[in-house]
Amino acid sequence: MKRYSAFAIAREAARYHTGWERAWAAPEPKPQYDVIVIGAGGHGLATAYYLGKNHGIKNVAIIEKGWLGGGNTGRNTTIIRSNYLQDPSAAIYEKARSLYETMSQDLNYNVMFSPRGLIMLAQTHHEVRGYQRTAYANALQGVKTEFIGPERVKELVPIIDITGPRYPVLGGLYQARGGTARHDAVAWGYARACSDMGMHVLQKTEVTAIRSDAGNVTGVETSRGFIGCKKLSIVVAGHSGHVAEMAGFRLPIESVALQALVSEPIKPCMDVVVMANTVHGYMSQSDKGEMVIGGGTDGYNNYTQRGSFHHIEETVRALIETFPMLSRLKMLRQWGGIVDITGDRSPILSKTPLGNCFINCGWGTGGFKAIPGSGWAMAELVAKGEPGPLAAEFGLDRFRQGRFIDESVAAGVAH
Amino acid sequence: MLLLECPYCGVAADETELAAGGEAHLKRETVGSLDAEFEEYLFMRENPRGVHFERWRHAYGCGKWFLAARDTMTLEVFGTYPAQSKKPPKAIENLIKKKRPDWKGWA
Repeated sequence: MKRYSAFAIAREAARYHTGWERAWAAPEPKPQYDVIVIGAGGHGLATAYYLGKNHGIKNVAIIEKGWLGGGNTGRNTTIIRSNYLQDPSAAIYEKARSLYETMSQDLNYNVMFSPRGLIMLAQTHHEVRGYQRTAYANALQGVKTEFIGPERVKELVPIIDITGPRYPVLGGLYQARGGTARHDAVAWGYARACSDMGMHVLQKTEVTAIRSDAGNVTGVETSRGFIGCKKLSIVVAGHSGHVAEMAGFRLPIESVALQALVSEPIKPCMDVVVMANTVHGYMSQSDKGEMVIGGGTDGYNNYTQRGSFHHIEETVRALIETFPMLSRLKMLRQWGGIVDITGDRSPILSKTPLGNCFINCGWGTGGFKAIPGSGWAMAELVAKGEPGPLAAEFGLDRFRQGRFIDESVAAGVAH
Repeated sequence: MLLLECPYCGVAADETELAAGGEAHLKRETVGSLDAEFEEYLFMRENPRGVHFERWRHAYGCGKWFLAARDTMTLEVFGTYPAQSKKPPKAIENLIKKKRPDWKGWA
């Protein structure tokens, strides 16, 4: 792989950009791999990357039914934060956030990580207490956050109306090293690095069945024929239930659509990420100037990647209340992704009833921020067959044992 | 916009008038049930790509709970029926079989 650098740009500029090579290969599948990862989104690619980088397992295929990063990796609002209440969540999300800090250098691919700061607004007294508690919990967990007053919020976000009609801003939970990254670039960067290690990224290859023998997976049937493997890792987010059914087990997951939208581009007006969880909307400004907006999920199971119109209305209404200057802004695009939501709103990184099959799912509405940490922990689980410290608490058995990592109460919404 | 007809009051309500209540026909567990049975009841879900039986409440209407059969891929509604039903009515089942020949059956 030729490295990207300022020198490379100069060299290519001098020869009409004829020397760039493909970022990743498009190989034919081999009959057998050491590990197959189903799903070439951020989490699947990160799993493969750390299998190679941390554990030396490079005979790996990442199988994707669509195109690379075309699911939730390309559909989220790119927010990165680790201000969680529960210890296991804080550990894995903070690991992810810290890996984002050096991801561009590690992958030699600019993922445009922008630690611009993130504020979760407290707009009720309950939220004030809740976020003060989270700030204390974060201090104990070694996650740097602070609770700030309304004046400081206004200073950081001049366009905000802190005297809002229904919910005045009473303060906020501020994570100065939270922010955003370019979501597609994360998938592309990992894919390029995986391909460079000799791994196969197989796009437009749909898994149609999982073959097993005596409680162990032997391989997968795909739209390009049978592919054998010694270990299987299922990392397919919204479609986890569907793939788990092929493998013969059930999941505590429901899939719903979550929408996002972007406005027309405007001049820079907000250089932090703001989440308003009481009125339920969150927003940041992209480098192109578009306001990137997210809101709540649909209330009912569906796989439409579209979402209900009234949720857009609710989200936009909430944001106009908080940022009155947005009221004249035109919205350019809207889309939906299928998020996999568990009973306790925390992910699953787990062994399965099949001995050599592992699953990573349930990231729900907050998967993007977790990509590197999730891949790191999943690679360890797949390589060793047992979860390491980051994944240990996220096993499937927690639902039977009542050992929840209850972020549904802790984070409330937009998590 | 999703439209469901309330089987009690007969109103064709759109989704802003309704509250979704998740998967229908769950087997309720109680005192004496095993942990695995509670896990099944509280957390494990069919979550199918296709025909789904689910609970809805006509929250901003007559207030009644009812059940619906719907396709999660296309949002097509096959019909609604009273909440007290142990299984979907034959007419809805037949309609689904006709429209989705590869459907594996309701249970």
